[in-house]
Amino acid sequence: MTWYAYGSGLWLVLIGVFGVVRSRNLIHTVVCVSIAQSGTYVVLLAIGYQRGGVAPIFGASTPPGTPVVDPVVQAMTLTDIVVSATVTALLLALVIQVAKRHGTIVPDELHAIRG
Amino acid sequence: VAEFATALPALCVATPVAGACVLLAAGRRLPRWAVDGIGTAVTVLGVVLAALLLAATANGRVVEWAGGWQPRPNLTVGIVLAADRTNAGIAVLIFALATVALLFGWRYFDSVHAHYHALVLLFVAGMTGFALTGDLFDMFVFFELMGAAAYALTAFKIEEPESVQGGLTFGVVNSLGAYLCLTGIGLLYAHTGQLGLPQLARALAGHGSGPLVLASFVLICTGWLVKAAAVPFHFWLADAHAVAPAPVCVLFSGVMAPLGCYGVTRVYWVVFRGSIPDTAVHRAFLVLGVVTAALGALMCWTQRHIKRLLAYSTIAHIGLFLIGIAALDQLGVAGTEIYLTAHAAVKGALFLLAGLLLSRYRSVDELDLYGRARDHKAAGCAFVLAALALAGLPPFGTALGKSLLDDAGASLPLTVLTLLVSAVTGGAALRVALRVYFGLGPRPSVESTSDASSGADEEPDTQPPSRTPVSMAAAVVLLLAGGLAVGVVPAFMRGVGAAAGAFVDQRAYVAAALGQFLPTRPAVPDTNWATGGVLLGLGTVALAVGIAFAGLYVRRVPALLRDTVAVLHRLHSGHIGDYAAWLILGTAAFAGLLLLG
Repeated sequence: MTWYAYGSGLWLVLIGVFGVVRSRNLIHTVVCVSIAQSGTYVVLLAIGYQRGGVAPIFGASTPPGTPVVDPVVQAMTLTDIVVSATVTALLLALVIQVAKRHGTIVPDELHAIRG
Repeated sequence: VAEFATALPALCVATPVAGACVLLAAGRRLPRWAVDGIGTAVTVLGVVLAALLLAATANGRVVEWAGGWQPRPNLTVGIVLAADRTNAGIAVLIFALATVALLFGWRYFDSVHAHYHALVLLFVAGMTGFALTGDLFDMFVFFELMGAAAYALTAFKIEEPESVQGGLTFGVVNSLGAYLCLTGIGLLYAHTGQLGLPQLARALAGHGSGPLVLASFVLICTGWLVKAAAVPFHFWLADAHAVAPAPVCVLFSGVMAPLGCYGVTRVYWVVFRGSIPDTAVHRAFLVLGVVTAALGALMCWTQRHIKRLLAYSTIAHIGLFLIGIAALDQLGVAGTEIYLTAHAAVKGALFLLAGLLLSRYRSVDELDLYGRARDHKAAGCAFVLAALALAGLPPFGTALGKSLLDDAGASLPLTVLTLLVSAVTGGAALRVALRVYFGLGPRPSVESTSDASSGADEEPDTQPPSRTPVSMAAAVVLLLAGGLAVGVVPAFMRGVGAAAGAFVDQRAYVAAALGQFLPTRPAVPDTNWATGGVLLGLGTVALAVGIAFAGLYVRRVPALLRDTVAVLHRLHSGHIGDYAAWLILGTAAFAGLLLLG
């Protein structure tokens, strides 16, 4: 079961990068970057998963000693989502500017800087 | 006093963040001079705090567990900030360069809003946090913070097609690198259940090298090497440097890219030392360094866009840093630290002089600018001096650093390579100076070639000032003086020796970070000038001058070389997809180098 989670997480990272490589549209590129990052969420959550574990909030229904999932990776994932929101918003804003200044969002047609 | 010292690492990170918040909140209502004043005052305060931290680390590491968590045997929760001489020194360098960059910006930008200063301060906070933290996930978060600020600063001239393209490329490539790095951090956490560098070192000690440890090392290093712009992760750097405002380039070239090298070195020496065979790591870093240095130098020589030329020279020097790190001993670390500091100052001066050219003549195209700056001999002399210092003119710190790298490498081919690389990059910068400020050489034909950016149509950040303002000239002079000071102040050289000795002392770092005391006396490498180093430096400078004049007067280039260079230029296609493909190829190649026998 956990191997499926690890496998799909790593697959999402790789397919995201592959999407960037093959992209014909900069919005698609930015979404592929997000997909690669989603893969890291899956990997992180899979690491903290424990069979039969409950949410790591101890209280009346969850006395100390109850098997729980790892809260550290969940905190990491939350941080990661915040980072993702920032970076995606920034990249999309840049794509809008690229569309305005270049008149295209096809990577093959951007020739402003190279060499 | 002791409590104040342990608060210093957190203060070094928090001060620029607080300054950025003040500027963002009040920036609209403040006049321009107040915004400039607040920004510069915050970075000066940062220099003071970081210098106090550096002084405090002379008596041992300054360790602070954030939020009051304390390490206990077998159970450590919390995030540690661990400052030693090396990363405290890097913090001083970051704040000093930011001060100079903001000082230059006073008169450089015509209309600039407070969000520029706020972005610079956030960028500085990200870099300082990355340097000072002792926690792997914290490193990733600060890596992303400095990344996001840097993407925005790259695309600062938002009306320009080049700027937004450069910013987007930078953002996508660095984000992908960061996610590979995060995957590596996750795998390492899955293996050990730890995120702090000292706890990871304890957890990995004695467990040997498994495929999971190797994979996480490869992925984490990929993240930091993308920031360091090692070949083949380097494509974004030239594009970003070509379009970012000149004062921002000072920070990009001077500390941001070298911080990638710092990250790799820190993680290796604290966490993976002993878990991964030395020979494999040595070979991997050496190959990366040699390829990066050679390709960077070749691309640098064949540029006519002055800021791109300087950017490729940074890539070449990153290669030399990696060669120093590959020695895997304290002498290599000491040489890299000295070279890195002096390079930051000298390269910063060159970028600021290129910024002056752009603001005055509205072009950074070497051929287009031929002889046009003849009446600015002072700037020309500064450019020549900085170019010679880049090549390694004694007593500049670059020459000292390079001679220490040669000693650490202890091999003739490597010495020849560092000599050639620094002579070619210095010679390229010298060629620019002689052509632009002194009008030497035949008048070049300025028809644009299709495969490369010329820089002729780059928009200036400003209206041209009638004469060079004092603040801009002072920024250049300060940087050149800094590069000189690295090589002549004995206290600095001794300090770097001690810093390098402590840096490679894995057991002492782990013990200090976990609140234990371990009496050690690390071996301190000799970091003084040697006759051989001085002679080698002078030889390199002579070669650089020869190369510069050859570039000015020799017209015929062998066809084979011309074709090779044309192919290399076509590989730097400016296409995000190509760069992402190189990223994956580079990761695989790095893993392959580690796995080879």
